[in-house]
Amino acid sequence: MPPTSPDDRYLDELEAESIQIIRETAAQCARPVMLFSAGKDSAVMLHLARKAFFPAPPPFPLLHVDTMWKFREMYAFRDRIAAEAGMELLVWRNPEAEAQGINPFDHGATVHTDLWKTQGLKQALDHHGFDAAFGGARRDEEKSRAKERIFSFRTRTHVWDPKAQRPELWSQYNARVHKGESVRVFPLSNWTEMDVWRYVQREGIDVVSLYFAAERPVVERDGALIMVDDDRMALRPGETVRRRRVRFRTLGCYPLSGAIDSDAADLAAVVAEMAASRASERQGRTIDRDPTASMEIKKREGYF
Amino acid sequence: MARDLVRLITCGSVDDGKSTLIGRLLHDAGAVPDDQLDAIRTASGEPDFSRLFDGLDAEREQGITIDVAYRHFETAGRRFMLADTPGHPQYTRNMVTAASTADVAVVLVDARKGLLPQTRRHSYLVGLMGVRRVLLAVNKMDLIGWSQAVFDEIAADYRALAGDLGLTEVAAIPVSGLGGDNVATRSTAMPWYDGPTLLQWLESIDLAEADPGPFRMPVQWVNRPDADFRGYAGRIAAGTVRPGDPVRVLPSGRTTAIDRIVTMDGDLAEGGPGQSITLTLADHLDVSRGDVLAAADDPPGVADQFEIDLVWMADAPLLPGRAYVVRLGAATVTGQVTDIRHRVNVETLEPLAARTLELNDIGVCHLHLDAPLTFEPYAANRDLGGLILIDRQTNETVGAGLIRFALRRSANVQWQALDVGRAERASLKHQRPLVLWFTGLSGAGKSTIANLVDKRLFADGRHTFLLDGDNVRHGLNNDLGFTDADRVENIRRVTEVARLMADAGLIVLVSAISPFAAERRMARERMAAGEFVEIFVDAPLDVVEARDVKGLYRKARAGQLTNFTGIDSPYERPEKPDIHIDAAALTPEQACERIIEAIRDRL
Repeated sequence: MPPTSPDDRYLDELEAESIQIIRETAAQCARPVMLFSAGKDSAVMLHLARKAFFPAPPPFPLLHVDTMWKFREMYAFRDRIAAEAGMELLVWRNPEAEAQGINPFDHGATVHTDLWKTQGLKQALDHHGFDAAFGGARRDEEKSRAKERIFSFRTRTHVWDPKAQRPELWSQYNARVHKGESVRVFPLSNWTEMDVWRYVQREGIDVVSLYFAAERPVVERDGALIMVDDDRMALRPGETVRRRRVRFRTLGCYPLSGAIDSDAADLAAVVAEMAASRASERQGRTIDRDPTASMEIKKREGYF
Repeated sequence: MARDLVRLITCGSVDDGKSTLIGRLLHDAGAVPDDQLDAIRTASGEPDFSRLFDGLDAEREQGITIDVAYRHFETAGRRFMLADTPGHPQYTRNMVTAASTADVAVVLVDARKGLLPQTRRHSYLVGLMGVRRVLLAVNKMDLIGWSQAVFDEIAADYRALAGDLGLTEVAAIPVSGLGGDNVATRSTAMPWYDGPTLLQWLESIDLAEADPGPFRMPVQWVNRPDADFRGYAGRIAAGTVRPGDPVRVLPSGRTTAIDRIVTMDGDLAEGGPGQSITLTLADHLDVSRGDVLAAADDPPGVADQFEIDLVWMADAPLLPGRAYVVRLGAATVTGQVTDIRHRVNVETLEPLAARTLELNDIGVCHLHLDAPLTFEPYAANRDLGGLILIDRQTNETVGAGLIRFALRRSANVQWQALDVGRAERASLKHQRPLVLWFTGLSGAGKSTIANLVDKRLFADGRHTFLLDGDNVRHGLNNDLGFTDADRVENIRRVTEVARLMADAGLIVLVSAISPFAAERRMARERMAAGEFVEIFVDAPLDVVEARDVKGLYRKARAGQLTNFTGIDSPYERPEKPDIHIDAAALTPEQACERIIEAIRDRL
């Protein structure tokens, strides 16, 4: 049994609601898939899926929409976790982005994210014919997320049309779609970043060590601390790599994920740091700062 | 202290200062990060909390408001989930959605205005959706000089209103969202008020249910990883459960006992309300998704006809008689609204006569299902008493129903088993029953072609009958007009008559415009498998209008006929008819030949 913490009761309710959502998707949809990015939200979502169907493994595969630029540790973590869960892991890389060598340094965060993640995701969903895709997005992340449904309806072109969203009453979720249409399902909709960390702590869920403070090689670029994860990152004039004690609140492509100075080296310290923090979670994400690529616009184009 | 989860809904409009109050509440509870706070500072450096919840670009561009925004905050003792809905009069649908999961409602009024019609509407809706605990926040106290007399009067008015609406736990707090008075910190401007602040009230309200009730769990998922394990997964809707407890499987009514309560953290000794678990049973019974496991000695009811409160949520109106998908618990069936008893005026709560329900209307209706479902009255259990209606063509969620009680009518009218069956009747006639359903625009040639086919079959010695849409309207359907609702009922009756005739062994020809795909589909599903043949007599509108055999198109164009199919009433073309007749290219005789050829093997 997991250790009892003072917050058990509400975490139990969040957990039960998420499990219900995951089971409902499996029951209503012909071909669901769970997006797996190797971050903390993915790890929690996968843990909930395993609970939902225990003793069976979850009856759907995992899908990683790869960008070629994730942290090295995330790739290793991804493969290990999928194997432990006894689930099929599908990896998709946008062949056009691969052919063109799209990367965040030469093409910028917006183009990189659009081609590898948004277009890549749509290609993967079409290729495999998935009619439902689980994502780990939470309503507390961003203002356009606050109005997102748990079951978010997408047209045949994967577009989010605010007028086509369905009312969600009680725990009645409507995942009925015509051929080619799909739903994105967000089992962690009602979780906050703090809830995720408390749950990771309570359940002993494995997450990558990048979330914990350690000495890491970083450069300061455009006001963010970017970790030099491999030799593909060229330094600009005047930049020097320094070792700093940092950790990450959110993880994506390493050139686009800003680290924060921190001494929080374990879960308890992370939770304590979170409780004292006055900055929002996505502050470190450089892609969110581009006003022409707001979360809302990306979402309407088909991003998660 | 164990933190629990509290779901609350806020009701009020921008004019009441709702955004400012919620922004202040979240800020004072520490849920607004510094970078978001900096983004809403005005020139003077003070945060303007009303801007914290600015709409999305899509909302501004399309002139819409997305129904509900969910926000989160916590205190030392509780974790709050706040559903924020726009307070505009049109948004009944949004408030009902948000209130469906709420434990507590905060109803906002402007101290300068007191109770308004919308206050009554908001309170009625939260009461309807089963929220019993309501806080009246009397806002903008700063603008009335912090007057105790004004506050006391508003609070007294509201207690009277709440009593009428069945809201059992009501409190009132004087606040100012602008200055944060009595939101999270006690106001120094109102020493006369000695009750809790808004946040203190939310932290202290007692949410414990006195009695969890008898055990109920809808089966969401049958878990069968291998031949040895068969588990039933679901979320407990009421009561507690332990291994060894006798349970009844509904609707079948068979009994067994709980074997294990399985979770990934190990088997449980007891499961309680709200838990997602997997149960194994002592006996091997046939249990499927949608069934309900319940305490054997105190099971819920099973019925196929209900009186419900129905909230309509779609732009297209409710059509009584049309088949919708109905979801209750984890069960899915089809059903029809057979009767609208009345519509409710949500301002005055007066009952009004209605033949349909429009977007945001609430009505008391009778719902007739095609198969019985396990239920509880909504007032007793939201999960087994709250159902949704889904449009079968668009897949949209179009209505939310709250079960009041089961109607016993069908229980007292038993199906009379007949000794002579449809097979015997048909074989005596040396034929197989068939329903040839001719659909198409007025003047397309349906009746002409159907008449030719009828004559051919009759000449071959077949027992047939031609049901003509126009003729039926002179007798059986002479009480129906041409509104969408009446067209649906018209086709439903024609369908039932055709079905009776097919049961009698006849080959039935139906000639009716039957403009809606949903009703044609319903007709198909009412017939025995393979007995329904949809024949689309396809003639372009300009052709039939130019021909205008009965002069009806001219009248419709002149405005003398309303709700005329093709002119001001839609015709939904069959996507995959069994037989497609191009009426512009074929003569009626050629069309007849094609049809006879196509059905030859089925006669």
